[in-house]
Amino acid sequence: MRVTVRLFARLRDITGASELARDLAPGATIGTVWRQLAGEFPALADYERSISSAVNADYARMDHVLHDGDEVAFLPPVSGG
Amino acid sequence: MTPLLAIGPEALELERLAAALDASAGSNAGADGAVVTFLGLVRNHNVGRRVRYLEYEAYAPLALKAFERIGAEIHERWPDVRLALHHRIGRLDIGEASIAIAARSPHRANAYAACRYAIERVKQIAPIWKREFFDGGDMWIEGATADPDDQRARAEAERIACA
Repeated sequence: MRVTVRLFARLRDITGASELARDLAPGATIGTVWRQLAGEFPALADYERSISSAVNADYARMDHVLHDGDEVAFLPPVSGG
Repeated sequence: MTPLLAIGPEALELERLAAALDASAGSNAGADGAVVTFLGLVRNHNVGRRVRYLEYEAYAPLALKAFERIGAEIHERWPDVRLALHHRIGRLDIGEASIAIAARSPHRANAYAACRYAIERVKQIAPIWKREFFDGGDMWIEGATADPDDQRARAEAERIACA
């Protein structure tokens, strides 16, 4: 299955992309995607404990199981207002 | 018609939020006795740095849902308050408004509390980021890890709102 990954703020700077496509095995979770990306971009490791994640524009936990076509987002600590 | 909750590149105007609240009040409009507003501005200094301008970025669909959630929390805690909240994104120069909030209710106490609660919660859970461009460089500002289910953060926002 294939998912779209959205990256924001410094995560986007680190990966050089605001959007990536990733192919995953069935049963993959948000955490699976994160570990794959952290393998590709070691600087992401700094965010291991501070990121939030979302699926299809709703907050979701790392153990959330993904489906084909899902949009996964990784969010560094926020600073709105 | 201006929506109650919005995020986008347009300049913010408190009057539009007040008008949106007025329009949404319907036949109950006469029961309200207070509108409390907050406007957040881009400051020319931050922890010793001379700020030139800011760039805001958001995950807009989730930001709108976060605003809706904040509205629902306010409805739960202060049932007589209605909220309007607009956040701006893109490049903002010094003195420009990044966020506008209006809370309307029959009595001022709840409107004041809800307005303060809303800005504290935006800073905790809205997926929005500011990049600061200052004399000598630029950096992403990173504040709270967004977790809408963190009850301690929510309680802290409520404590500040009611202080």
